[in-house]
Amino acid sequence: MDNKFVVSLSPHVHSGESTSRLMFNVVLALTPAFAVSLYYFGLGALVVTLLAVLSCVLFEYLIQKFILKVTPTITDGSAIVTGLLLAFNVPSNLPWYIVVVGSLFAIGVAKMSFGGLGSNPFNPALAARVFMLISFPVQMTSWPLPIESRLKYIDAVTGPTPLSILKEELKKGETISQISDQIPTHMQMFMGLMGGSLGEIAAFALLIGFVWLLYKKVITWHIPITIFTTIFVFTGILWLINPEKNADPIFHLVTGGVMIGAIFMATDYVTSPMHPKGMIIFGLGIGLLTVIIRVWGAYPEGVSFAILIMNAFVPLINRYVKPKRFGEEVKRNG
Amino acid sequence: MLKTFAKGGVHPPENKLSANRPIETLPLPARVSIPVSQHIGAPATILVAKGDKVKVGQLIAQSAGFVSANIHSSVSGTVESVDVVLDSSGYKRPAITIVVEGDEWDSSIDRTPDIKTEINLSAQEIIKKITDAGIVGMGGATFPSHVKLSVPTGKKADVLIINGVECEPYLTSDHRLMLEKGHELMVGIQMLMRALNVDRAMIGVENNKPDAIKYLTEISSSYKGISVHALKVKYPQGGEKQLIKALINREVPSGGLPIDVGAVVHNVGTAFAVYEAVQKNKPLFERVVTVTGKNLAKPSNFLVRIGTPVSELISAAGGIPTDTAKVVNGGPMMGKAVVDVNVPVTKGTSGVIVFPATESKRKTESVCIRCAKCVSVCPMGLEPYLLTRMSQRMMFENMEHERVLDCIECGSCSFTCPANLPLLDYIRLGKSEVNKIVRARKN
Repeated sequence: MDNKFVVSLSPHVHSGESTSRLMFNVVLALTPAFAVSLYYFGLGALVVTLLAVLSCVLFEYLIQKFILKVTPTITDGSAIVTGLLLAFNVPSNLPWYIVVVGSLFAIGVAKMSFGGLGSNPFNPALAARVFMLISFPVQMTSWPLPIESRLKYIDAVTGPTPLSILKEELKKGETISQISDQIPTHMQMFMGLMGGSLGEIAAFALLIGFVWLLYKKVITWHIPITIFTTIFVFTGILWLINPEKNADPIFHLVTGGVMIGAIFMATDYVTSPMHPKGMIIFGLGIGLLTVIIRVWGAYPEGVSFAILIMNAFVPLINRYVKPKRFGEEVKRNG
Repeated sequence: MLKTFAKGGVHPPENKLSANRPIETLPLPARVSIPVSQHIGAPATILVAKGDKVKVGQLIAQSAGFVSANIHSSVSGTVESVDVVLDSSGYKRPAITIVVEGDEWDSSIDRTPDIKTEINLSAQEIIKKITDAGIVGMGGATFPSHVKLSVPTGKKADVLIINGVECEPYLTSDHRLMLEKGHELMVGIQMLMRALNVDRAMIGVENNKPDAIKYLTEISSSYKGISVHALKVKYPQGGEKQLIKALINREVPSGGLPIDVGAVVHNVGTAFAVYEAVQKNKPLFERVVTVTGKNLAKPSNFLVRIGTPVSELISAAGGIPTDTAKVVNGGPMMGKAVVDVNVPVTKGTSGVIVFPATESKRKTESVCIRCAKCVSVCPMGLEPYLLTRMSQRMMFENMEHERVLDCIECGSCSFTCPANLPLLDYIRLGKSEVNKIVRARKN
C-alpha cells in the first residue's frame, strides 16, 4: 500500500448540486411559458428568444475571452437564463438589432462590468429591459396580439395590454365598468390570451414553473408568495375603497409582469437577499412599489422598476436583517 | 410527524453498507501503537518504559489533570518503544508501541459473558470507575466522560440524553451496538443516570434504524426511566445541541453547554463502555469500528483493540481496493482524511472509510452565486458565505461578531454549496484566529 492519499478537510462528500444544474432547472421551469408563447406568438417568439439566448451567450464568451482574458464560464448556464428572461420581457415583434443591443447591455454592462456572475447588483435581464424601454420606447410598447400573429415577426398585428388600457382609460375619466368590455376576462388573462411581453402573459404556465422550482428546491416560497400577497392585499384594499377607479386584485396578479417577475426575476440569487426574513422584506417592497407605480405612476406597469429598486436595497437588507441564530434568545442560567 | 431539530440540516446519501454485518472481533495485531493523547485535554503521563511487560487492561499512561484521561494497554506483551508516531490528525504524537505476546488480561477484569444488571454503587463511586477506566466520548468528540458527569455547583441536570442517532453516512458501529448489546447499554444508561442523579433518560435514534428502535423500545420497558425516541433522518442530528433541540426542544445558549439547559448528552458507545467499566471492571481499551467503502469487498463492524493499525482493519474487510485515493478516520461529513493507513485506531475512531479516486477529490470551485443554500442549511443559523468572505479578507473581529464560534463544523455548508466553495475550510481558519483573539483578550 502506498501512502499517497488525498488529504483534505471534512466534509468528504458533496451534494452534487452545481450552478449549471440549478440554471438548467430554471430553464426547464421556463419551458411551459415558452411553449405557450410559441403557441400564441409563433415565429416572433421563436426568433426573439433564440436571438437573445445566442447573443447573451456569445457576448459573455467574447467578453470573458478577449476583454477580461479569463476562462469563459458560459457552460454554467447563467447567460442562457439571462437570455431567456430578456426575451420573455420584450414584445415578440421586437426588431432583431434591439434584441442584440439589449443582450449586450445585459451581459456587458449589467453583468460583466460589475465582475460577472455573483457580483452584479441588478438583475441583468431587467436592467436591459429598462434600458431598452427608455431607448426604444415605441418598439418596446407595441404588443402583438396573441394567435393572430403566429406566422409573423416584425409585421405582427399589435394592440394594447390590459394594463395600458386601464391606465389610459382611467386617465380619461372612464370607470372600470365602462371599460370592462375592452379587457379580457380573468380566465383569458390567466391563460395568457392578451397582449404583453412574449413570456409574461400566461400565468398558469409560469405557475407550473414555480411549482417545479419549489419541488427542485431551486428557490424557496418566500419572495414570490410575499409579492403575490402584498399586491393582492394592497390592490384589494384600493378596490374595496373604490371598485370603479381601481381594478380588482386578481386582475393585478394575472396581468403584466407580476408572475414572471415574482417567480423568475425577483428570485434571481445574485440580486436577492440571503435569508427568509430579508426575502420577505424584499418581496414586500416589490409588491408595494409595483402597485404604487401601476396606480399612481406614469407607466402602466411597474414590476421591473420595483424589482430593480429593491435590488439596490439588497446589500442593506443583508447587512441589517440577520437570521435567527441558534441559542440566541435564551440566557445562560450560570 | 417524527421529531427533529428545527433549523437547517442536510440529508446526504446514507450508504450504510455494513448495517447488517454483526460485530466481529478482529484478530490481535502483531503490535499496537497507543497514543497518549486520544482525548480532548492534556495528554496522559506515560508510566511505562521500553522493555516493560504489560497486561491487557494495565494502566500505561495516567490522566494529567481534570480534563484528561487514563490510557490502558489494549494487549499483553513488551513495550517496544515510547516514541512519537503519526496519528490520524496527521501529526506525530507521543505513543507507546507494544509488541503483542499472547493475550493475558489483568486478573481484575470480569471476562464472563453474563450481564450484570444490579447497581449497588453510589454516584461518586460510579464516576470514579468511569474516570479510572479512561472513558471518553465515543461518538468521535473524545471529551473525557467524567467531566460531563461532574455537574458544576449551581447547575442541575434533569435529563440524560443518549445519542444513538449516528447521523454520519456510512457509519454503523452504534447501530450494531444497539442491536447486539441492548441490555448492557440499558444498564450503562442507568449508571449514568445514577451518576447524574436524574430519573429519566431519552435515547434518540434516527428512523433509518427501525430494528434498533424496535428492539430498544421492547427492552426499555424493564428499565425504569429510559425511553426510546425515533427521530427524522437529518444531518447533523447527532450534534449535541441539535439532539437536545430535537428531543426536548431546548436551545443550548450560544457559548453554553448542554448542562445550561439541564441536559447531559452521552453516546451509546460511551454508555456501553460505562457498563463494562463499572460492572466488569474493564477499562476502555477496545471499541467497535465500522470499516466501509463502496468498493470494499466486505464492509464490516469490528471490535478492535485501541492502537491497532487501520491497515489491519482494511485487510480484514477484504483488503484496500486498488482505486482507493482517500482514507477517512470517522464519518464522511466530519472525519479526518489520514495520510497513511498505518495510523492507529484510537478511542474516538468510529469508522474507517475508503473512498475511490472518483470521490476523493473536490470538484472545481466556481464563483459564489449567492444562492443562500449555505445559510438555509446551517443548523446554527449562521451565514457561511459571509463568514467565508470575512475570513478571506482576514476580518476576524467581524467574524466574532457574526458568531463564528457557534459553528459546530458539521460541514453542511460545504456539502451543499453548488459552487463547491470550501466554506468550512475558511470558517475553520477564522475560528482558530478568533479563538486566538479571545484568548489574548483574557490574558
